[in-house]
Amino acid sequence: MRVNGTVHPAPADPRRLLSDHLRHDLGLTGTHVGCEHGVCGCCTILLDGAPVRSCLILAVQAEGHELTTIEGLAAPGAPLHPVQQAFHECHGLQCGFCTPGFVMSVIGLLAQHPKPTPEQLDEGISGNLCRCTGYASIRRAVQRAAELTQG
Amino acid sequence: MTTRWFGARVQRVEDDRLLRGRGHFTDDIDEGALESCIVRSPYAHARIKSIDVSAARALPGVKAVYLADDLPFGHTDLPILIPHPNLTHGRTQRCLASEVVRYTGEAVAFVVAENRYIAEDAADLVQVEYEPLPVVITPEVSAAAEHLVHDDVPGNVAAEMLQEVGDVKSALAVAPHRKHLHLRFERGAASPMEGRAVWARWSETEHRLTVYDSTQSPTSIRGGLAVLFGLPESDVDVIAPDVGGGFGPKIMLFYPDELLVPFAAMQLGRPVKWTEDRQEHFTAVNQERGQVHEVEVGFDSDGRVLALDVDFIHDGGAYTPYGIILPIITAAQVPGPYHVPNYRVRFRDVYTNAIPTSPYRGAGRPHACFVMERTLDAIAAELGLDRTEVRRRNLIEPDQFPYEVGVMWQDGNQVVYDSGDYPALVNRALEMLGPRPEGDHIGMGLSPYVEGTGVGPYEGAHVQVLVSGKVVAFTGIPNQGQAHATVWAQIVADQLGVDVSDVEVSSGDTRRFPWGVGTFASRAAIMAGNAMAVAAGMVAEKAKHIAAEHLEADPADLELAGGSVRVKGSPDRGIPLAAVAVLSNPMRYAFGGGTEAATQFAAKPRPGPPLPEGEQPGLEATGYFSPVGSAWAAGCHAAYVRVDPKTFRLEILKYVVVHDCGRLINPMVVEGQIEGGVAQGIGGAFYERLAYDADGQLRNASFMEFLMPYATEIPKIEIDHIETPSPLNPLGIKGAGEAGVIPVGAVIASAVEEALGVPITEMPLSPLKLYELAKSRS
Repeated sequence: MRVNGTVHPAPADPRRLLSDHLRHDLGLTGTHVGCEHGVCGCCTILLDGAPVRSCLILAVQAEGHELTTIEGLAAPGAPLHPVQQAFHECHGLQCGFCTPGFVMSVIGLLAQHPKPTPEQLDEGISGNLCRCTGYASIRRAVQRAAELTQG
Repeated sequence: MTTRWFGARVQRVEDDRLLRGRGHFTDDIDEGALESCIVRSPYAHARIKSIDVSAARALPGVKAVYLADDLPFGHTDLPILIPHPNLTHGRTQRCLASEVVRYTGEAVAFVVAENRYIAEDAADLVQVEYEPLPVVITPEVSAAAEHLVHDDVPGNVAAEMLQEVGDVKSALAVAPHRKHLHLRFERGAASPMEGRAVWARWSETEHRLTVYDSTQSPTSIRGGLAVLFGLPESDVDVIAPDVGGGFGPKIMLFYPDELLVPFAAMQLGRPVKWTEDRQEHFTAVNQERGQVHEVEVGFDSDGRVLALDVDFIHDGGAYTPYGIILPIITAAQVPGPYHVPNYRVRFRDVYTNAIPTSPYRGAGRPHACFVMERTLDAIAAELGLDRTEVRRRNLIEPDQFPYEVGVMWQDGNQVVYDSGDYPALVNRALEMLGPRPEGDHIGMGLSPYVEGTGVGPYEGAHVQVLVSGKVVAFTGIPNQGQAHATVWAQIVADQLGVDVSDVEVSSGDTRRFPWGVGTFASRAAIMAGNAMAVAAGMVAEKAKHIAAEHLEADPADLELAGGSVRVKGSPDRGIPLAAVAVLSNPMRYAFGGGTEAATQFAAKPRPGPPLPEGEQPGLEATGYFSPVGSAWAAGCHAAYVRVDPKTFRLEILKYVVVHDCGRLINPMVVEGQIEGGVAQGIGGAFYERLAYDADGQLRNASFMEFLMPYATEIPKIEIDHIETPSPLNPLGIKGAGEAGVIPVGAVIASAVEEALGVPITEMPLSPLKLYELAKSRS
């Protein structure tokens, strides 16, 4: 599988979750695990460009696919991705645990709806739980990200 | 001190690493650690007849399986964090149960293996034979005491406390009107997105134990571990790295894993880690809020409360590791922002076969607020008066501060409100709420509230100006997302006249600052914020003293601004703070940007030793803050809701919050705290119900069935602030962390009651509950 542009060998253990493989075999600990049953969305990554739950996929199933994790959005020291930048500007994160999952989901949302309506926006982030922000600042961040993305 | 940064909407310094996926949470640490799994009781109450670990130990890759007998502290009761004289029958669990288990999820065995997959396989192979015992699961069942949770605790009562202000019996006897209410609040779960986790390493060569723990109080954990393992505290480091939300239950002394992981690391000579899964979080992390209240109120024909008698039962769960803080807070906070001339409150803290209780954001207050506000609504209904008008007539007036409630606070002192303007909060909330929307089945709810914040005893901080001119600041309080590093940097930057981006705050690491208490009770801003101001103020004085010598000026004529110490009114006569940092060390072979600048201020010969007696090298200082009492924040929430008469879906049409946390350090951060708190309150009021069955099994221990709100359930929240500074701390601040959650249940109850015309006497509600209430009425 190719992760953030780098090809990695196939995982050895057939029952290893993709989320565990990313975090503990590849050291990409920005992908977080909040429930391990596909509800909270913390582990969301992009698989061939679309948001998926990495805790519901076995690592071996990702063979032959292109994966992007939060670490792949902006190189260390480089400017933030527009969605990351928008979360910063709008105080869209507090503890930051759910944040990578939200950022990946919002990238998926904006790819589908570059100017989301309020309903599309809520629908687009309704697969991710946040316990800190009450979502208000995340909604603002999505709107800001849409502005930044359109330049 | 200038206030360039204090009060500004400074964007967070924490964000960059978190947004890049380069945060540092406990489970992110591997470093060759063995992984572990805890075998937990599937029964809520059972006697352990036998445990067979042979198959588990034989599984390849398993390094150890521990039972109580294998632990030197295995037959020692864990500590009671906050003992209290009224806690006459306090009981705590042992690290691993070996005789009786008293809640589903109680730890029985601990498996350590090469990885977590093997550890979980081995946990499945641990054979435990249980003899089920009768289960006590609700406060009412516990109080009836047909069965006992602990054989040696009569009536299941851990503690009982009675307090009285005035003469309730006489006042009730002559009150023109009386009303009785039965009000019930169910348990809730804090559910931070990151579960709990512990990582530990023992270094034999350094003789040092290092523990990473997603805790709200690393200093307490360090002290406890040192005692239990017989180590000097200086050989134990506890670090709370990035913590993915806490909201209360991440503070304990101890959860079993906080002992088991370091113990195994010392035994096995390799790092060991344990990471909770979500189901464990539901079954083994403290919960709160289960209380049943009987209320008797006497009032006059204008709706003024003359006497209030509250008798409540607190569901304490199976053990009392946290003491009886929660019912003490409820007892203290029922009167809230109202003048209650005669108040009697009794509580019993009873054992049940459920997870122990400890504070969850709000801690005793949401239920206290619910009790008082339901009572005022009942008075309004009885007299046919406007609900808001009844509240206004009972509010404490601005000229009544300091206001003594007459009952005990959680710190053992009396409850004394320090400052506030409660009528202004109500008026502003009504103004913001505006006219009632058109339509049927719409209700309005309004609830003012108070919150005791910033309990002591103390916190400290260390501030140092480096020779680069950058500033580092440390404190013991850890961070779980409240922007501590940003707001404390604002306070330090103002004291030292530097840019906020030049201040780097590190917290929750006992290697850097070993003293302190922890993050809870909305105390971090007040406690560590003021400690930061004290320490930075000391550094500023020291900088002036050093600079004065070299500028040949009087320290009183100097100011810190623009990264320099300079003569007031002559900004070109100054010395960079970086150079002062170099000069502060008599051995001036310093490294960094300040060195060159310092040479032009080369020491002039003077008598005496290079380091004068009583002085210390370095431009740094340690300061502490310890308040005489809590600062009382307040606020008022109001809402319009609509309840669908067919589906009983709740629609929050408008939700407004007016908030007073004294002087605001960073309005953006405070608003984030409020928005998050309200969302948790809405979850607790309408969506999140912990469904225990009669056998003590939590039937919805997953996010699929425990319905934490998504964005689709949470409305826009409109927020405004008023500021009544606290006279109890130099910065005039009050806590803000819990305020958002406190009155939400009361507001939703009041609004739904009006919308549907059915009496609301319990929390949480749900579409099903409202359907049943509506049906029973028709």
